Formats: sequence, C-alpha cells, structure tokens
Amino acid sequence: MSIEIRNIAKRFGNFTALDHINLEVKTGELLALLGPSGCGKTTLLRIIAGLEAPDDGQILFHGEDTTEKHVRERNVGFVFQHYALFRHMTVFENVAFGLRVRPKETRPSDAEIKRKVHELLNLVQLDWLADRYPAQLSGGQRQRIALARALAVEPKVLLLDEPFGALDTKVRKELRRWLRRLHDEMHITSVFVTHDQEEALEVADRVVVMNKGKIEQLGSPSDVYDKPATPFVYQFLGDVNLFQSRVHEGWAHVGDARFAAPQGQTDQAVVYVRPHEIDVSREGGAGALSGVISHVRLLGATVRLEVDVAGQDAVEVELTRERYLQGDWKVAETVYLLPREARVYVPSAAEWTDGGGI
Amino acid sequence: MAQTPRSIATTESRPVRWALTTLALLFIALFLLLPLVSVFTEALRKGFGLYFEALKEPDAWSAIKLTLIAALIAVPLNLSFGLAAAWAIAKFDFKGKSILITLIDLPFSVSPVVAGLIYMLMFGTQGWIGPWLNDHDIKIVFAIPGIVLATVFVTVPFVARELIPLMEAQGSEEEQAALSLGASGWQTFYRVTLPNIKWGLLYGVILANARAMGEFGAVSVVSGHIRGQTNTIPLHVEILYNEYNFVGAFACASILALLALVTLGVKSWVEWRTEQLAARDRANAVDG
Repeated sequence: MSIEIRNIAKRFGNFTALDHINLEVKTGELLALLGPSGCGKTTLLRIIAGLEAPDDGQILFHGEDTTEKHVRERNVGFVFQHYALFRHMTVFENVAFGLRVRPKETRPSDAEIKRKVHELLNLVQLDWLADRYPAQLSGGQRQRIALARALAVEPKVLLLDEPFGALDTKVRKELRRWLRRLHDEMHITSVFVTHDQEEALEVADRVVVMNKGKIEQLGSPSDVYDKPATPFVYQFLGDVNLFQSRVHEGWAHVGDARFAAPQGQTDQAVVYVRPHEIDVSREGGAGALSGVISHVRLLGATVRLEVDVAGQDAVEVELTRERYLQGDWKVAETVYLLPREARVYVPSAAEWTDGGGI
Repeated sequence: MAQTPRSIATTESRPVRWALTTLALLFIALFLLLPLVSVFTEALRKGFGLYFEALKEPDAWSAIKLTLIAALIAVPLNLSFGLAAAWAIAKFDFKGKSILITLIDLPFSVSPVVAGLIYMLMFGTQGWIGPWLNDHDIKIVFAIPGIVLATVFVTVPFVARELIPLMEAQGSEEEQAALSLGASGWQTFYRVTLPNIKWGLLYGVILANARAMGEFGAVSVVSGHIRGQTNTIPLHVEILYNEYNFVGAFACASILALLALVTLGVKSWVEWRTEQLAARDRANAVDG
C-alpha cells in the first residue's frame, strides 16, 4: 500500500511544525524520516497515523483520501518510542488486544487468537515471555512485543516513532538489523522516524532528511550521504569542517588553498570538508593550509587531530590509527592540511558545487 | 516508596531521633488516640444494652438511614464526575483547563457553612428560586434533596484530585495505542484506562465516602434539624449531646468513629496493595 502526503501543513501556536510537505511512500518500502528534534518528523508520522490532524493538506492511502478517517479505521500499526504497552496486561494479552476488541462478526475465536499470538511471539522470538508483564521485560524486549502487538491486526502500513530511541547503543544496533530482516520478509510499507543518521542510512530503502518543517532531501542512503542537496544535509549526516572563504574569479580561496566555486551574486562562500577527507603532512605544497595541532584525541579505531588554522575555526582531521602511528603527530607541531574532497556553498547561488580537492 | 538508600548525611544522632519519635508519638496519643478511645468508653459506659438501645431508637435509626442515603447518592455522582473531570484534564488540552482545576478545589477552600448558605440563598423561601419551588410544592432545603446537594458539593474534589496526578503521570500513549489497534472509545476506557487507575479511583471513593458521612457544617445549614426527618448522624450527635443524653450521643458518634476506622483500614489495604504491585514490577524488572 502506497501513502501519498499532499501539501500537509501543521502549526502549534506560533511554531510551524510542518510547512506544506509533499511526499510519496512507495508500496513495500522502508522509509526513514530523519532530522533533528523539532524538525516535524514525528508530527508527520502522527498525521499519517491519524493521531494528529493536519491544518491543511491530504493523506492518501493507496490513492484513497484518508485525511478524515479516524486512527482506528486506518489500519496502521503504530510503534511508540516508549513502547506504550498495556501495563496491566500480560505480554500475551497485549498482543491479543487488537484481535479481542474487534466487533463480534470479525473477531477470531479464542483458539484462533491463541494460535495467532503465539505465531507473532515466535516471529519476534519472545514466545517464552507470554505470561510476563511489560514491567518485567527489558527495553529491547518491550519494543519487540510492541511490534508484535502492532502486527497482530495485520496493518497495511507500519509506522515507527523513534522505535529504538530509548535503548542503549548495543541493543539498538541489534534491533535495527533485526527490523531490516523482518521487513525483508514481510514487505509491509513502513515509515520510521529517527534522529540517528547512522540508523537511517543502515536500515532504510530511502531517507527523507527534514529540517524546520520542510524536506531538505529525499533519496537513497548513498544519495543523501554522497550527494547532499543542501548544506544542512551535509552537516547533519556526519561531522564536517566549515571554512569561511571569498570567491575570486570562480575560485573560493581559503588561505593558500582554492576550490572551484559556483557562480553567485556575492563573493562570500562556505567550504565544507569532512574530517576524514583531509590529508596531513609535514611538508607544505600548493594549496595546503598550515596550522598547529592543538589536541590529539584517541577514539578507538580512529584518531582525531584538532588543528588551529589562522583565520578559521579549529579544523578536525580524522585519521586511522595506523596512519596516526606512522605520522607520529604531536601536539604543538606545525602541519599542512590537504583536503581531498570539498564542497563549496555560495549562499546566493542556486546550486552548490563539488569544489574538488585543492 | 523511594528506594534510595539512607545516607549518613540525612541521618540524625540517636538521641535526636529518639526525642523526635517520642514527641510525635506522644502528640498522636494525646490528640488522636485518646479522643477515639474516649468515644467508645463513653458510649459503652452504661453497658452494651443501653448502647444498642440508643442506636435502635427511631430518631437515631432515621439519622443513620439518611446518612446512608446521602452517601449512596453523593458518592456515585462524585465518582462519575471525578472520573470525567480527571479524564478531561489529564488527557486533553482545552481553554479554561486551569479554571476547571481551580473550581474543583473550591469545596476544599470554602468553609462548608458558606456552601450551605449558598444553597439557602438559592433554594430557601427567601432565595432566588425559593418562591417558585414553593408554588410547585418542591422541597429542597429542610429536606433530603438539600442534604444530598450539600453533601455532593463538599465531596466534589476527592475522586478528581486523586485521579488527576495519576492520569497525568500515565499520559495517553496507551490509549493512543489502543485506538490504533482498532479499539472504540468505550473499549479503550474500559480495557485500558480504567484498569490503570482502579486503585487510585478506589482510594478517592473511600475518602469521598468518609467525608459524605461525616459532613457537618454544610448539611447543618440546609437540614433544619427536624428530628427523625432531616437529621444525619453528625447532626443527631450534636442534638443528643446538647440534651445531655451522653450515652446516645456517644453511641451515634461511635458509629462515625467506627466508619473512620474501617475507612483507614481499607485505605491502608489499598495503599499496601498498590505498593505490592509496584514492588512486584520492580523486583521483576530487568534492565537493558
């Protein structure tokens, strides 16, 4: 089942949560809504579910307008960040709930409910917890039960609101892989909200990057990471160094380095370089930036150097541990930085360009 | 209760602890326990025979019945109102919400006598709609309806006050989950909301009932003190006492005291039960 979001707008008082969003979720895909908190991603998800009403616009399920339909008639499975399991019911009763509340004509028999619930509990690999109460489960187990409960009503759409947001790093990594496998088996149209770029890139078929109630970019994980459409996307997906620069005859100059710049009305430009796309050396060359190492941080497999460059914010350089050991870099040493990749943004230009290295 | 381990920073020296505990116990014995014991000793001073005789006396019996009727009407009304108000306040945002919360507290902040006078002002013979009621032969003040009204007024906050913080703490995510699973509004209320608040609800009802049966001030104003007709137990106790019928007065008072003891017992049981459930959850909770 496809979902079409047409011109959806929502305000809370003076705050614009969603500013006329248009988006199509394709049948069977797993779509991530990614953005910082307050960007409107959860509001959009809740509007799709029918838990929130839009001020303007339409939601279409499979071409049919469902904007006015109540949440209970939309047949969506909703998974909450804090699980929202029924605390006074056992795990079994939680999963059975959606079947038990059906009107008499469509309600399955007790035996059928029992079979179905155990089938779902097996699917989430927690059949042995059927008689426990939610408070007796770990966070990861609770969220899997919440998912089983949502799947029990055979929803046409699965909506997940920061499903792993309340879990610790190790469990969330396990669970997101498990969710991806589950989706590959079931192919149910799914939308999940996250603020974790790694999670979105790893799990989703397509990623929607949102900011301030608008969609910044829509694309595959490699699209949004490799070809960010806006400076916001570039900064949000991973760490980045910013260099203020001036454009002269089509080149943005940062110290002795220069980068191809797009045509704009001003000579102001911002050059973005990711920390792992910078080489460090002790010999200066054409287009290298000189600076002084102020900090060395060991972060397990990688090492970060903080380099003070005249006229710029401190520059972060990420090296593999091996290269760090080869170079034997020390604090207070003068070094030369050579960006391998860079992107140049001229605020007044329509597009921004790949500035290339050096 | 909180599981924080006791810290030496908040522990006083032994003599200080002993002194404070003794002081508190002495105070309780003097001001709470002693009067309670004296009610029963006074009531039974002339033996069980006279005690039961005093309770069986028609006027006393009618006061007991009236008290029960007032409580039987006021408590269920209060229950449904409190539930509706708490539901509205805790689960929805609307204009005038803070005004509603303040209004619910009004019976707590205003003297019960004033509450009684308000009803006199409205329904009394000199009141706003008193003459009209008189013409249609409807009696409110100096009759059972007035007593019920006054009792309803003074008990308004109990259930709502108990439920609002509880429901606010629980939020409405479970209800949203129930609705998304296809449950109707009534099914959501009956299967999800009600089970989550049942102990708080019971606690509120116990307190409301105790107040309904023990109310004096508001009821006193609207009752008219007609023996055998509009006297509740607290009013009857006062009349008997003023007539120097001490055994009768204390016998009736002992019923109220017994009610208080039963209420405290049930209340402790509810608290203990809630705590047990919470402890079970904690004990079984697994982190991670």
